[in-house]
Amino acid sequence: MLFGFEWDTTNGWTLAVSILPILLLGLWVTLKATVLGFAIAMVLGLVLAALKAAPSRLVSWPARAVSEFLRDTPLLIQLFFLYYVLPEFGLVLPAFLTGAIALGLQYSAYLSEVYRAGIEAVPRGQTEAAVALNLTPARRFSRIVVPQAIPRIVPAMGNYLVSIMKDVPVLSVVTVLEMLNVATIIGDRTFNYLVPLTMVGGLYLIMTLLAAQGVRLLDRALPKTGIPLK
Amino acid sequence: MTDPIIKFENVAKRFGDIRVLEGLDFTVNRGEKVTIIGPSGSGKSTILRILMTLEDVSDGIVWVDGTPLWHEGAAGALKPAGEAHLHKMRTKLGMVFQSFNLFPHMSILRNITEAPVQVLGLSKPDARARAMDLLEMVGLADQAGKFPHQLSGGQQQRVAIARALAMRPEILLFDEPTSALDPELVGEVQEVIRKLAEEHDLTMLLVTHEMRFAREISDRVCFIDAGAIREQGPPEDLFTNPKEARTQQFLQAVLAD
Ligand SMILES: Nc1ncnc2c1ncn2[C@@H]1O[C@H](COP(=O)(O)OP(=O)(O)OP(=O)(O)O)[C@@H](O)[C@H]1O
Ligand SMILES: [Mg+2]
Repeated sequence: MLFGFEWDTTNGWTLAVSILPILLLGLWVTLKATVLGFAIAMVLGLVLAALKAAPSRLVSWPARAVSEFLRDTPLLIQLFFLYYVLPEFGLVLPAFLTGAIALGLQYSAYLSEVYRAGIEAVPRGQTEAAVALNLTPARRFSRIVVPQAIPRIVPAMGNYLVSIMKDVPVLSVVTVLEMLNVATIIGDRTFNYLVPLTMVGGLYLIMTLLAAQGVRLLDRALPKTGIPLK
Repeated sequence: MTDPIIKFENVAKRFGDIRVLEGLDFTVNRGEKVTIIGPSGSGKSTILRILMTLEDVSDGIVWVDGTPLWHEGAAGALKPAGEAHLHKMRTKLGMVFQSFNLFPHMSILRNITEAPVQVLGLSKPDARARAMDLLEMVGLADQAGKFPHQLSGGQQQRVAIARALAMRPEILLFDEPTSALDPELVGEVQEVIRKLAEEHDLTMLLVTHEMRFAREISDRVCFIDAGAIREQGPPEDLFTNPKEARTQQFLQAVLAD
């Protein structure tokens, strides 16, 4: 896809116009990695949060160790590990999938903390009232705790969504053709880095602002009547 | 006359090294209105919380309506109760908390209908009808569509009482139901509790610092100190003629202000 025949290098403006389509393809890859990575993080984060909160230390300690490891080692190392080490054990995944999993793993650790904090912020008295009304443990959680935790969780989740999107360029080192990778290839071929990189920055800015606005709208739309959010 | 619905038998409760209850024997008869008074930290809330299954016991047996609350299995081979047993036992009990603990994300009506629908399997119209009757009883029928934060503390606590009653408990526990209220709102909540005490055969166990109120509504008042009952009796006796020195000291201190 990166042939470059159609690029018009007459000046910066013509170059910008002619590379926009291919940068948008790169952006599409970036968005797909963001969404897939975040989806993995949301599910895995919930599992991790549940394991960390388990009454048995045999369960909670390993979960905590894993979570700590995922948060305290660089994304790049985790990515290399998945990309270069796993194949040695016979597990070969496409670069894009590997990248999304790496993002998902690291952010699952962050999101597990978001879930934990959101759930712990629901006053103890709420669960106690639910016990006194004889609601089952599952209903205490799903009908009383979760609805009150969600409005506390969503804003923090939004920040991590933006942040995961900004981490996607790391995937370029394992050949994923996300937006930044595309831009540097264009730079290599045209000896003009200014224009493609500026455009990537601009597109990122737009996406970040849109995502932030989306989270704000979602936050406003959430029912949270009377839930004390400090 | 003696038909115990609640019986604490040599009950101990410890949090780590802290001994909250020690060798507690305590009985409440069916339909009896009992008030527990005592200094801060003496274990009053703990007694109610054990009954509401919010805290387990470290030692001893608590009987509710002839069945061990925190144990199951054959006599002599009792083992700690599982969730299923606790679930069954809780149907007899309800609790009103100091801080109301209404569900902020639900309307007043939903607060009251939620558990009857989810736990008792009532149909929504039936649950709603029951809730409206109870709201009528606590004088808040016109507030059904509002949310808890739109109500005063006194109104919230009256809703909490209605919510507990909607589950038709045999025993209703009150843990300082008026302590979190502004003074001018205490009366309306006491009025509701007083009416309950007079008109229903509900067994009531109340913790309060309002001595006059305790005197008005109780059949019996128990003074607890350092994790055990030190003195108990009809309110006329205990308040006017306490026998124990500690009871005298406590009453002097609280009646002074
Ligand atoms: N979960 C807990 N962990 C540790 N200590 C606890 C816990 N719950 C209660 N306690 C301690 O147990 C003692 C008795 O508590 P409890 O709440 O039953 O007292 P109380 O008589 O209700 O006092 P108050 O009048 O202040 O409400 C207190 O010293 C308290 O600090
Ligand atoms: Mg207390």
